[in-house]
Amino acid sequence: MNAATSRVDAISLFEPNILVRALGDAAKKLNPLQLIRNPVIFTTEIVAALTTFLGVRNLVIGEPAGFAIAIAIWLWLTVLFATFAEAVAEGRGRARAESLRRARTDTMAKLLLRPDDRALFKPTPATQLQVDDLVLVEAGDLIPSDGDVTEGVASVNESAITGESAPVIRESGGDRSAVTGGTTVVSDWLVVRITAAPGSTFIDRMIRLVEGAERRKTPNEIALDILLAGMTIIFLIAVVALEPMSIYSGTLLSVPVEAALLVCLIPTTIGGLLSAIGIAGMDRLVRFNVMATSGRAVEAAGDVDILLLDKTGTITFGNRMASSFVPVPGVEERELAEAAVLASLGDETPEGRSILAYARRYEIVAELPQGAVVVPFTATTRVSGLDHAGNSWRKGAVDSMLKLTGQGSAPIALGQAAVALVPSVVPAAFTQAVERIARSGGTPLAVAYNGRLMGVIELKDIVKPDIRDRFAALRRMGIRTVMVTGDNRITAAAIATEAGVDDFIAEATPQDKLAYIRKVQAEGRLVAMCGDGTNDAPALAQADVGVAMQTGTQAAREAGNMVDLDSDPTKLIEIVEIGKQLLITRGSLTTFSIANDVSKYFAILPAIFVASYPGLGIMNVMRLSTPQSAIMSAVIFNALIIVALVPLALRGVTFRPVGASALLRRNLLVYGVGGLIAPFIGIKLIDMLLTVLGLV
Amino acid sequence: MTLIGWAQIALVFALIVICAYPLGLYIARVLAGDKVLLSPVLAPVERGLYSLAGIDPRQGMGWMGYAVALLLLNALHFLLLYAMLRLQFYLPFNPQGMVGMSPTLAFNTAMSFVTNTNWQAYAGEGALSYGSQMFGLTVHNFLSAATGIAAAAAVARAFAAGGVKELGNFWADLTRITLYLLLPLAIVVGAALLLMGVPMTLSAYVDATTLEGAKQTIALGPVAFQEAIKLLGTNGGGFFNANSAHPFENPNAISNVLEIFSLVVIPFSLPFFFGKIVGDLRQGVALFAVMAIFAVGFVAFAYAAEAANPLLTALGVDPSMGNMEGKEVRFGTAMSILFAVMTTGTSCGAVNMMHDSMMPLAGLVPLFQMQLGEVTPGGVGSGLYAMLVFALISVFVAGLMVGRTPEYLGKKIQAKEVKLAMLSVLILCLSILGGTAVSIVLPVATASLANAGPHGLSEMLYAYTSATANNGSAFAGLSADTPWLDITLALAMLFGRFAYLVPVLAIAGSLAAKPKLPPSAGSFPTHGPLFVGLMVGVIVIIGGLQFMPALSLGPLAEHVSMLANTTF
Repeated sequence: MNAATSRVDAISLFEPNILVRALGDAAKKLNPLQLIRNPVIFTTEIVAALTTFLGVRNLVIGEPAGFAIAIAIWLWLTVLFATFAEAVAEGRGRARAESLRRARTDTMAKLLLRPDDRALFKPTPATQLQVDDLVLVEAGDLIPSDGDVTEGVASVNESAITGESAPVIRESGGDRSAVTGGTTVVSDWLVVRITAAPGSTFIDRMIRLVEGAERRKTPNEIALDILLAGMTIIFLIAVVALEPMSIYSGTLLSVPVEAALLVCLIPTTIGGLLSAIGIAGMDRLVRFNVMATSGRAVEAAGDVDILLLDKTGTITFGNRMASSFVPVPGVEERELAEAAVLASLGDETPEGRSILAYARRYEIVAELPQGAVVVPFTATTRVSGLDHAGNSWRKGAVDSMLKLTGQGSAPIALGQAAVALVPSVVPAAFTQAVERIARSGGTPLAVAYNGRLMGVIELKDIVKPDIRDRFAALRRMGIRTVMVTGDNRITAAAIATEAGVDDFIAEATPQDKLAYIRKVQAEGRLVAMCGDGTNDAPALAQADVGVAMQTGTQAAREAGNMVDLDSDPTKLIEIVEIGKQLLITRGSLTTFSIANDVSKYFAILPAIFVASYPGLGIMNVMRLSTPQSAIMSAVIFNALIIVALVPLALRGVTFRPVGASALLRRNLLVYGVGGLIAPFIGIKLIDMLLTVLGLV
Repeated sequence: MTLIGWAQIALVFALIVICAYPLGLYIARVLAGDKVLLSPVLAPVERGLYSLAGIDPRQGMGWMGYAVALLLLNALHFLLLYAMLRLQFYLPFNPQGMVGMSPTLAFNTAMSFVTNTNWQAYAGEGALSYGSQMFGLTVHNFLSAATGIAAAAAVARAFAAGGVKELGNFWADLTRITLYLLLPLAIVVGAALLLMGVPMTLSAYVDATTLEGAKQTIALGPVAFQEAIKLLGTNGGGFFNANSAHPFENPNAISNVLEIFSLVVIPFSLPFFFGKIVGDLRQGVALFAVMAIFAVGFVAFAYAAEAANPLLTALGVDPSMGNMEGKEVRFGTAMSILFAVMTTGTSCGAVNMMHDSMMPLAGLVPLFQMQLGEVTPGGVGSGLYAMLVFALISVFVAGLMVGRTPEYLGKKIQAKEVKLAMLSVLILCLSILGGTAVSIVLPVATASLANAGPHGLSEMLYAYTSATANNGSAFAGLSADTPWLDITLALAMLFGRFAYLVPVLAIAGSLAAKPKLPPSAGSFPTHGPLFVGLMVGVIVIIGGLQFMPALSLGPLAEHVSMLANTTF
């Protein structure tokens, strides 16, 4: 993943402050009323309570109670480890929330009493501002709440939200009119119309999100919970039904043993880690400076089939750049390059600078000769140049240059030291080069020396160097990329081929985007896009994953279900990867947890039946030392595995863009087969330890 | 175990695989209403039946409509069959003058045949008139089999298209399955059995004098064609008490192979039917492979376990034929074991030997197969839809590992489907373990046990397992005709059939309405060895592990006791 500027430094997995506080929170979460949301762990708690009761009763009436109490302790630990996992995940979010809270201080806002009079305002606490109030914010002031700029232009430092300290321009009207509460006006002033009610500003929402206060179970979590609850009931039936069957068989099962069997069989591992995985997934997005309004959006990101990517800034660098020099016959490439450099010294645009940069590969140093007169580039002439010692160099848009060199109409005098350009015939090679470049989506610029055409500079949209590989990786994951651009079809097709996108929408309007999204959604596909303008809002709302840029308008930010604080459209790809990683982590730990069951039968069943049928000792394939240590070892393993997997649940299973088949093969091997084998080893080790310590 | 035995088993498997594929494609054509070889003869009959009943076969039904039609028809038939069994003394075709069944036995028997279980708490030749056999039981052998296949077809259609409400027309499905599939096959198999000497007569039983001079009554009846549908429809209710071990039901080794073939060929063909319906045969092949892996594995395990009893070998019995207790010499160990594993892997439950006499570990196989919910390959229709439930659970458990919310054949699996699928698994577990647990400590039930110890537990467990799984085979040893067992086992059959089927149809309704997402490189691949292996694992862990404690106290305990010289 790209190293994006991170607002909050990565929090270590074992940050002591968080762990200590999580222990306290974990204990609080033992409250059954709260725990009932988690059927597996709730069942474990009930069973633990029952076993404790019996152990204490035995202690009081003087019967052997040690085994029951030992089992009870480990069952309680199982519950505690599960709540601890959730508390740690929440604690990491809370640490991020603290830094956000600092931005939400109680500022006094300058509430304007009359919309047209900036001189007349009443100091009002920010928390009392109502929607549609107008406030004045001047240099040095904190913007009191979210709003739209109605008047003024100012530079605003938004580092409180984005971590980016370079100020951004905010002005009324257009796509840069939204301001966020908690950011600071650095220069000039703004009149802001408040758009957020107290307590529901962007920062408030972010705090609630990262703290998990609004956390609701996502659709997939609900379905998984049902599966886990179903398995819990099935094993409850199996264990309860075992009681009469053992009575018939002459085996007396004690409640602690049945409790141990039940808790080992129900999927406590995934039950205990499920919510931590979800919280950690959201947290990964936050760390990545992306705010998702719901877990549902993160899940949807994993399911996305199509990415709608804006060409500019995502696929290509923002500007066109020089990519080759095509001389006419009789001119050396280097000669052309030199002429181009001299002619471009007066061009301060990014395109002009890219010519100087490109010429460096000919080891040409851009130096202004003594006494030279620069002809600067202007939007009206579209030509720049240099006059020196009676010579003239010009470069510019082809049609302007042809006029200039006299091919189109009369020569035009340029600048103070105008030199009459000598008309000459346009070489055929020149025309061909211009046509070829235009056809391939580039922009041709003509270069002339003393009125003679030297050749063509090819300006191209430069596709970002690693983007092609990333699209190939996405394709292996089954995700199609669609480029959206305002360019004409020819240009768009050329860039699409070069970047390796699957499809493109040329001459795209926001309506086209919306229509495209609706069309592919009707085919059953999920679409992700990003946007920032107000006219993007309908498409952002329609997309399954709509990522609004933090620099975008209020309308865009409200229409999307995610906001990227760095306003980096490339991040859409990482967002999809984070969504997938969340689902993979959930699936891997579920598979692991369920596969664990097999070994526990081999630990517990021989232990409880060996008294009645000594021959069933053959099932004790792990050769566990005594029935009691076998049961204890299984219970201890079952509890410890939750803690052992907390780091994996929080960090997430590594995602590799290798396609579903390869991913499945690998994860099935690691978590499925691994889940079958690992507990055999773990239980055996615990049994050996218990035996060595003489505890059983 | 002998090489010949393994070769026989391999030969029968080969025969099944060769025939299952084309049959599956044929069923797909029949159920789509396409023209087939038999259409010129049967299409007019089919049309006549529709116009007689006033049915438009193209009128689709939603899942609820389909379920209601299915349940109503079966409920009506249950009442009719109950009345027939009670009143058979007054009805025609009763040369032996059989009296009516007791209320509880008639309740049990009627439920048994309506649910495709064919659990028999009576002895056919001693309790039923020819009329009851032909118009009661045989009719239901067709009806319950066609019901199962129709339901499977409805479920299969849910995966075929996106955003549809209708799952097909129950009446048309029922008619087509009966006319084009079950009747023609039953006629061919019945005729073959007839040729091999299976009786088909309405004349009364024959009294004979044996060589020792003793009087013996030889039971007869219209056996051959009932025998055919008994197997083809995975019903399993024998004409005679000894079922397919009786020489008049299964006279020789060839008829035995034909019977094994008949009872599994439709269940094994249905995955191919499914592949055809969903437009991707590889999906069907994957499901077939899962079924076949279990079937082959269980046969191999049981045959290996059915070696001679070491306690008898110690007494000087020749061990070369394996454990021959309770088996027919004309079939031998290999073909008896194959029959036993196939009959319990399907919902057939016909037997050609006494399962009670199997070696404990071999006897575990029939029990476990039924407890898995009968997917190896399962009953006609019921095997396919039970398999699809497991496919959904497998995809749901592991599907997340590819980084997408789970989907099977382009259908998203969400809370509703998981809830209904788990409900189905729960019902099996509750009925089998709950029924056994209550009965094993209830004197009124334990009085029926013939053996003590783990073998007695196996008998009780087998009864509730067989009833819930709608298998109907008996472990023997259990005196099943008591009011308690008659009623509770009938309820187990009812739950196992319809309380399972209704949630499954609801899943189908929910899935049918969802859009069918086009597959991509990122979708979970549900064909190929990886998925097959995954499904095998999920079936064992989610479908089977909950029965491990009970199996440990039953067959496993008996096995280790036997090794320690203790028998029960």
